[in-house]
Amino acid sequence: MDRALTLHLAIIAALALAFFILPAYHAGNLARIMVLAIYAMGYNLAFGYTGLLSLGHALFFGAGMYGLSLSMQHLGTPTLPALAIALACAAVVAGVVGALALRTKGVAFMIVTLMFAQAGYLVALYFSEWTRGEEGFVLPQTMRQIAGIDLTTAMGRYFAALVLFAITLLIIGHIVRAPFGRTLIAIRENEARATMLGYDVQRLKWIALVISGTISGLAGATYALLFGYAGASFAAVPYSILPLLYVLLGGAGTTLGPLIGAAFMIYLFDLSADITDAYMLIAGVVLVLLTMFLPQGILGTLRARRFKWLP
Amino acid sequence: MAALILETRGLTKTYAGVTANQDVDFALPQGQIRALIGPNGAGKSTFVGMLCGRIPATRGTVLFDGKDISHLPAHKRIALGIAYTFQITSVFAGLSVRENIALAARRAGGDDARVDEVLARVALSDRAEQTAGDLSYGHQRILEIGMGLAQTPRLFILDEPTQGLAESEVAEFKALITGLRDTTILLIEHNMSVVMETAQFITVLNHGEILAEGTPDDIRANSHVQAAYLGTEDA
Repeated sequence: MDRALTLHLAIIAALALAFFILPAYHAGNLARIMVLAIYAMGYNLAFGYTGLLSLGHALFFGAGMYGLSLSMQHLGTPTLPALAIALACAAVVAGVVGALALRTKGVAFMIVTLMFAQAGYLVALYFSEWTRGEEGFVLPQTMRQIAGIDLTTAMGRYFAALVLFAITLLIIGHIVRAPFGRTLIAIRENEARATMLGYDVQRLKWIALVISGTISGLAGATYALLFGYAGASFAAVPYSILPLLYVLLGGAGTTLGPLIGAAFMIYLFDLSADITDAYMLIAGVVLVLLTMFLPQGILGTLRARRFKWLP
Repeated sequence: MAALILETRGLTKTYAGVTANQDVDFALPQGQIRALIGPNGAGKSTFVGMLCGRIPATRGTVLFDGKDISHLPAHKRIALGIAYTFQITSVFAGLSVRENIALAARRAGGDDARVDEVLARVALSDRAEQTAGDLSYGHQRILEIGMGLAQTPRLFILDEPTQGLAESEVAEFKALITGLRDTTILLIEHNMSVVMETAQFITVLNHGEILAEGTPDDIRANSHVQAAYLGTEDA
């Protein structure tokens, strides 16, 4: 077994142990961090590995969240089929948005994805009869279970998050080291060169975006399922920016950067909120410092300086 | 005469009224080493850009192996067996030398053994794990040629491959090119010693049109070519 896979399995094992060691409050935080790390891992495949700087991933997160919660709420769909619906919604939305947005590049791509996500957010508000708009709605507690496992308990929630996080991490770890993932990295590094080696760059970027959007949708669905709430604010602009921040902090184009970035940011907000009401100010200063001194993010810097084998 | 691997008919490119290439009819037999020369701005790079699909032609036809490829996107033309090296060095700077070669080889169905073979051939084996962006300029150029070789092309288009190379590297390049079997080569080159020693046939472009074609001896003796290069009045 190689080092990268060993590292991933060790992280998963450590997270499983953490539930029994950490105080309940931090275990609860960690469950949320794992779900948001799934989101950031999805985002990282597009941004960190393929070089697609999207500002609209909240659309995919929202598609998964509403795909699951609306079908559960209004159609009484059980959890697993509702998850499948959520993934299908996110994949279709990402497929359509990708087909259109990938006709542009760079700043234009950022603007187009941002606009699509804004349109998605407005759609959620428009149909507030079903979505309850910004206010959102709470999923019935009795429905939030998989195969008899209650997802409303701290333990059920934590291990559901862990299982989905582990699956995503192992899939991403496999993708980025397979020829397909190496080619995505090549596209990020030098798109014109990749084309002139005979790679169908447009098609590969589209596939990467669909996988990325589907994983983001999984995160949105999981969030609604585990925390029992769906609201339009999760489809708004800040939720497009968050995964970008997680990934930049943790290290773009590293498999574990999203987890580290999400943990760092969430605890940064948490700790600075204890100190002052102006917690965003502290968080902002720390972010500026990190960008100045660790421009490749935490893991990116470690990889560049010391551990070249980091996946 | 051998079958033609590449042919163009009336290939033309105009940029907002400025003509870069005008009705170029060009034929390249299989297996030949052909040099494409001409003064700066003669339209050489635009011409090969239209061959491999990087630059869309305004009008005209490109035939590869007798098949019209004028409407194929670049990556599909490459997949037919064309390799192209950029005039301005273009490698995957953040990836290792081996990964660069592997990306080229993999698309053409090459395996790890093929990667090692190419690395040895361009004498980069001992630098295989280095980051490509850390290589010297000369080594980056050679890496790019290696990527072309790894594609096992039937037609290899090189845009000024020896530009900026040291003399010893130029000598290695000449040996490499003349040692290739089963590969047709189209070489844009300013270094006349490379042209005269490697090319079997030369096409001269001037003002976007073919000025002359012939063997190295013919071209050397051609007064129109001398005039175009030296800027004297046409003889």
